[in-house]
Amino acid sequence: MLAVDVVKRLGEIKVEASFASGEAALALFGPSGAGKTSIVSMIAGLVTPDRGRIVVDGEVLFDSDTGIDVPAHRRAVGYVFQDGRLFPHLTVAGNLDYGRWMRGLPRDPAMQKRVVEMLGIGALLPRRPGTLSGGERQRVAIGRALLMRPRLLLLDEPFASLDAARKAEIVPYLERLRDQAGVPIVYVSHDPAEIRRIATHVVRIAAGRVVASGGVDVLEG
Amino acid sequence: MLSLTPEEWTAIRLSLRIAIWATLVALPFGIAVAWVLARKTFWGKTLLDGLVHLPLVLPPVVTGYLLLITLGRRAPLGAFLADNFGIVFSFRWTGAALACGLMAFPLLVRPIRLSFEAVDRRLEQAASTLGASRFWIFFTVTLPLALPGVIAGMVLCFAKALGEFGATITFVSNIPGETQTISAAIYSYTQVPEGDAGALRLVVVATLIAMAALIASEWLARRVGRRVHGA
Repeated sequence: MLAVDVVKRLGEIKVEASFASGEAALALFGPSGAGKTSIVSMIAGLVTPDRGRIVVDGEVLFDSDTGIDVPAHRRAVGYVFQDGRLFPHLTVAGNLDYGRWMRGLPRDPAMQKRVVEMLGIGALLPRRPGTLSGGERQRVAIGRALLMRPRLLLLDEPFASLDAARKAEIVPYLERLRDQAGVPIVYVSHDPAEIRRIATHVVRIAAGRVVASGGVDVLEG
Repeated sequence: MLSLTPEEWTAIRLSLRIAIWATLVALPFGIAVAWVLARKTFWGKTLLDGLVHLPLVLPPVVTGYLLLITLGRRAPLGAFLADNFGIVFSFRWTGAALACGLMAFPLLVRPIRLSFEAVDRRLEQAASTLGASRFWIFFTVTLPLALPGVIAGMVLCFAKALGEFGATITFVSNIPGETQTISAAIYSYTQVPEGDAGALRLVVVATLIAMAALIASEWLARRVGRRVHGA
């Protein structure tokens, strides 16, 4: 369960968004520059709202009224960035293990194996991010976020930098992620076709505000 | 082949010891100052920046003299350190290392600072979403990515410390076996008749050490650069 109610002024635009979702896959849909990335950055703790409240699974991550602001590294909210942001000095295996290591979680080879197989990245483990294709990089980024055992996974336009063929290659992995990983996801995109395949709940954002919320029919609006 | 006298060997060993200690002791301070200069904005930052660079622009003899009047045995701070902690800098090789480290400090800080500035902050954000605190982000992301700059800074610092002359001779004099480095020994040779051969021998040695340091750093930087850039 995710509940967001935030206000943040960012230069030209003012984000003023309020929504809640208990679905396994929520999509934030809207044109570029609508404030979608700002909203997920606030959920992750990378951007501090001017005021508002963010609650995940009953835990308050941010509340301006009571002064609660859990730092990003203690939120356990996974974030897959548009540009992957894999650590160039670590191998793929090192990247995948980073979150588990930083959070002090015990090794879990079974889970590691499951995620690696689900994303089809087994052959990439000894390689370095600089040698990966765009699609491979995003799959590793998804695996890295999953293996830190997040309670919520944010995917911010993970295909933005990929061509159509690469997108088509990854979408099935995302469907499996939604159905198998057991982690609720928030999927950010401006592409209705992608969202239709992945999300069950859509929040439509325009100019920093929620203009509609509901099933995939919201995409038509 | 070179046949060096025992005194010359002593000067070479002493130079290496002084330069290595100067570099290693200055390194943590250099990293800290470089990080602060690269990442923080605070009142007096320009002043700190200026202080760090001061040894680069001051006449070395001035730096040496300043050390002498603050850390010399009869200076209050020098006497305090000697009486309470047994730390003596004046006319010791440790004083030479201090003078060399200070003179080389700006050369150490600059490349490290530049490489900190070049580290992609977005990777640090990614690390924080993966559960890394600021402390761990620094040691697992920022510092490893800045490693080429750290190596460059260390080599420059080492080379400068190896050749430092003015501040060292002013602060700790030119005592064979204690503070007489290669540079000081060459200087001594030039002050005596028939000293040319000895001076030339040490010039060759100094050149060889400097070349070796450069080649080693190139090799290291290439290795680390490959790692950091992920190829």
